[in-house]
Amino acid sequence: MTTDTLTLARYHLLTPAGLDENDLHRTLACLLGHAIDAGDLYFQQRRTESWSLEDRHVKNASRAIQQGAGVRAISGEKTGFAYSDELVMPALLEAATAARAIAQQGGEGQRQVWRTAPRAPLYEPLDPLDTLTAEAKVQLLEKLDAEARQQDPRVTQVMVSLAAMQDTILIAGSDGTLAGDVRPLVRVNVSVIVEQEGRREQGSSGGGGRVGYGWFLDDDRALGYAREAVRLALINLEAVPAPAGTMTVVLGPGWPGILLHEAIGHGLEGDFNRKGTSAFTGRIGERVASPLCTVVDDGTLAHRRGSLNIDDEGTPTQCTTLIERGVLKGYLQDKLNARLMNTAPTGNGRRESYAHLPLPRMTNTYMMPGEHDPAEVIASVERGLYAVNFGGGQVDITSGKFVFSASEAYLIENGRVTRPVKGATLIGNGPDVLTKVSMVGNDLQLDAGVGTCGKDGQSVPVGVGQPTLKIEALTVGGTQA
Amino acid sequence: MPAITTCPTAPLPPREQLENLVASILAEARAQGATATEAAVSFGSALSVTVRLGEVETLEHHRQRGLGVTVYIGQSRGSASTADWRLEAIRDTVQSACAIARHTAKDSCAGLADPDRLAKDIPDLDLYHPWPLAAEDAIALARACEAAALALDPRIRNSEGGSIATHTGLVLYGNSQGFCGGYPATHHSLSCSVIAGDEAGMQRNHWYTMARDRNDLETPVAVGQKAGQRALRRLGSRRLTTRQVPVLFAPELARGLIGHFVGAIRGGALYRKSSFLLDRLGTLVFPDVVTIRERPHWPKALGSAPFDNEGVATADRDLVAGGVLQGYVLDSYSARRLGMETTGNAGGTHNLIVEPGPLGHEALLRQLDRGLWVTELMGHGVNLVTGDYSRGASGFWVENGQIQYPVHEITIAGNLNTMFKGIVAVGSDVDVRGGIRCGSLLLERMTVAGE
Ligand SMILES: [Zn+2]
Repeated sequence: MTTDTLTLARYHLLTPAGLDENDLHRTLACLLGHAIDAGDLYFQQRRTESWSLEDRHVKNASRAIQQGAGVRAISGEKTGFAYSDELVMPALLEAATAARAIAQQGGEGQRQVWRTAPRAPLYEPLDPLDTLTAEAKVQLLEKLDAEARQQDPRVTQVMVSLAAMQDTILIAGSDGTLAGDVRPLVRVNVSVIVEQEGRREQGSSGGGGRVGYGWFLDDDRALGYAREAVRLALINLEAVPAPAGTMTVVLGPGWPGILLHEAIGHGLEGDFNRKGTSAFTGRIGERVASPLCTVVDDGTLAHRRGSLNIDDEGTPTQCTTLIERGVLKGYLQDKLNARLMNTAPTGNGRRESYAHLPLPRMTNTYMMPGEHDPAEVIASVERGLYAVNFGGGQVDITSGKFVFSASEAYLIENGRVTRPVKGATLIGNGPDVLTKVSMVGNDLQLDAGVGTCGKDGQSVPVGVGQPTLKIEALTVGGTQA
Repeated sequence: MPAITTCPTAPLPPREQLENLVASILAEARAQGATATEAAVSFGSALSVTVRLGEVETLEHHRQRGLGVTVYIGQSRGSASTADWRLEAIRDTVQSACAIARHTAKDSCAGLADPDRLAKDIPDLDLYHPWPLAAEDAIALARACEAAALALDPRIRNSEGGSIATHTGLVLYGNSQGFCGGYPATHHSLSCSVIAGDEAGMQRNHWYTMARDRNDLETPVAVGQKAGQRALRRLGSRRLTTRQVPVLFAPELARGLIGHFVGAIRGGALYRKSSFLLDRLGTLVFPDVVTIRERPHWPKALGSAPFDNEGVATADRDLVAGGVLQGYVLDSYSARRLGMETTGNAGGTHNLIVEPGPLGHEALLRQLDRGLWVTELMGHGVNLVTGDYSRGASGFWVENGQIQYPVHEITIAGNLNTMFKGIVAVGSDVDVRGGIRCGSLLLERMTVAGE
C-alpha cells in the first residue's frame, strides 16, 4: 500500500538522502553506546507557502523548504540534543556524538527491534501547496477581497492571506519506534478596517485544517470568513467602553474555549507536574471544577488543525480525559515525563520542528456539552458580560493566573444581550475558575482552525472548543470603573 | 567523575563562502529572467544549557543555515527560502521565487532600495565577541546561577532552572545593484527562574542578563539572587478592588509601551491606515519630558546595525523630541507608499534610547505616592488600530510612596493615546537588555480592575 505514511516518509526523507534503516540503526547505536537510557532521531521536511493580498491585489507571496534531523539522547532526567540540516551520515553521527555527551552515568541503553503501529489516518497525506494552481489561489484571494468590500461601504482596507504547510516526518527511537506521518495544514485569514466619521476599527476572521485548499471552496466556506470579518469590524464601530470589575460572564461556544486551554490545559502538561511547578500539581482525584464540567484533549478528530496521527515521538494520539464531572483525572504526557512519573505517554509529545525538543503539548482541548439551551443561559443573567470572540491568552502555570482577551463582547442587562463593548482582557485563577461554572449549554462547537500555542519559544497548531458557559464571577478588564 | 567534553559552538563558515553563495543566487536569478534581485544568506550556531535543582536538564547544540531570495520581474515580486546551500537548491529556490513573481500583481512601489541610500562604508560596531564556552563550563555557570537563588531563603522551594546560552551568527545581504554586506555578531545570556512558596501558594519569577560580550553580563550570583528576590517578594499577593490610580511601569515593561509606539508609527501600519497614530508627524504624541533617539552605531549595543535589511545605511536621528513626533519607521516600500523616503528601518529600529529623567526607582515610588507599581504583564490585549489597551498585571500596591503589599489577578486598562500623553516621569533606572533602552515610566492614571 503506497499511501502508508511510513512508506511515504521513508521515500521523501531517507531515499533522496541515500539513507536506509541500517543508517538509522548505526546512528542510534552511536547514540546509545555511551551510557544513554534512550534516544531518538526525528527527520523532517517542511514545505510552506503564503500568499497575501492588500489594496485589492496579490502583491506578495513566498515559499520555503526546511529540512533536517534532530537527535536526542536521554539519561535519567537529562536530555542532550543536537541537529543537522544536512541529511547525510557524517552529519547525523556528529549530531549523535554531541547529543550523547549529556550522559555521565545511567543505564546501558538497549535498542529494541522496530515496531510500527499503523492505524486509519485522520487526514490524507496530500501536498496542500499543489491542491490549487497559482491562478486559482490569486482568484480566491481576490474573491474574498470583493466579498468583504461589497458587505459595506465603510470597509476601507481588506487584507487576505492564504497559507499552506506540508510536514513529512519520520521518527526512529531506541524503544523500537519507527513511524512516519505526512501532515497537511492550510489556513485563510481575512482582516478588514472600517471607517466611520473618523473612527477606525478592525475585524478579522479565518479558518483552516489538515486538508487541501479545496476545503475553502466547499460551500463557499472562505467567503464566510470575509463576511464575518466585516461584521466584527462594524460591531466594533458601535462598541462602548467595557466595564471594569468582577461580574457574571457568559462565554459563547467554540473559540472562547481558549479559556480551557489557558486556565486548565497548560497546567495539566506532564513536565510542569513532574517538576511540581504547576498550580495543579498533586491534585489528581480532587474536585477542580463544577460537576457540570468534563474536559478532554483529543488529538484524533479528523482533519482538525490540532489533530495528529502520531505525536512527534511516534506515539498514536488519543482522547485524554482531563476533568470528568468536575474531578481532575489526568495529565498530558510525552515519553520522558510519562517515564519519570511512572505512567503511559498520551500522544502529546510535540515539537515545533527538528530543531526543537519535544514537550508535552495540547492537541484539541474542549469541554463536553451540557443540557441548557444557550438562550436560557443568557436569560438567567441580570447584569454581566457576553463574550463571543477572543484574541490570544496567556497563563502563569505556577500561580495559576490566566488571561484571555475578548474581541467581541456585549453587555447582558436583565437577561438580554444589549450594547457591544470594546475589547477587554479577562483574568482569573485556573484552579478555581471552573468551580464557578453554573450552566453549560448544549451547543458544543470547535473553533474554525486558527489556534497556535506557544510554550518555551515553540509554536504548534492547536484546537479548542466548548459549549456556551456561564461563569458566576470573572474579572473583566475594561476602563469603566 | 567523567568530564563532559563537547566542542563549543560551531565555527563560522568563511565569509567568502557566503559571499559566493549570494553571488550565485544573484547570477541564477538574472539567468532565470529576474530584472532585480536581493538575497540573504545566514549561518548561526548556539550552545544552551539548563541546570535544574543542581542537575543538568538539557544540553542543546544549535546550528542553523538559511538562504532567502526576493526577485522582481518588472514590478512584480516573489520570494523563496531554503536551508540548503547546494547549487541545485539555489536553482530550485530562485525558480520558486520567479514562478511566484509571474503571478503576483504589478506594484509600482515594489523594488530594491534607492542606490544612493545603500551603505557605502560599513563601520565596525564591535558586535562580535565569541565565547568559546565548553559544555562543562556552561554547566558550572548555570549551576552557580541557580544555586544563588536556591540559597537565598528556605521559602525558595522549587526551580525551573538556571540557563546559559551563547549565540554566534553571520548574515550576508546582497542585491543586484552591487551591494553586498554582512558582519558577524554574538549575543550571550544567563537566566534563572525559581519558585517561592508558602501556605498561600506558589509564585514564580525570573531574571536574565544579555550582552554581546560575555564580560558585560551580570554575574551568575547576581542573576540568581535577583530571580530569587523577585519570586519571594510576590508571596502573599492579594487582589485589589476596582479603581482608577496612577501606575508606575517597571523598566522592562516600559520598553513594551515604547514598542507599542514603534508599532503604531511603522510604515506598514500607516499606509494601511491601521494605526492610532495616523497623521501625527510634527505633533505632540508624548508630554515634553519624553525624547526618543535612535542610535544605530553604538558599539556593542544589542540593537546596533550598520545597515538595515535592504542595505540602507542607518543613521542617528531623533524619533521624538520634547514629546513631538519627528519621524516614522519606514523601509523603502512603505516609504514609497507614503510618498516619503526610507528611514533605514527595514527589519525594525536600531537602538531606541528613551532619554532618562532625573529620578531613580525610590524617588519615582515617592512621586507615585498612592497607586500601582506594575512589575509583570500578561496577555495580548493591545489594539494598535484604536490604541485600546487592557492587560493582566501583577505588581505592588503603593501608599505614601511606600510599598504596601504585592498584588495579582488584576487588569490595567486605558488607551495608548492618553496613556502616552499621561506620562509624568521617565526614570533614570534604564534597562539595557534590548534594542529599546528605557527607564521606568510613571503614568498619570489607568483603570485597575479586580474584585
Ligand atoms: Zn498555549
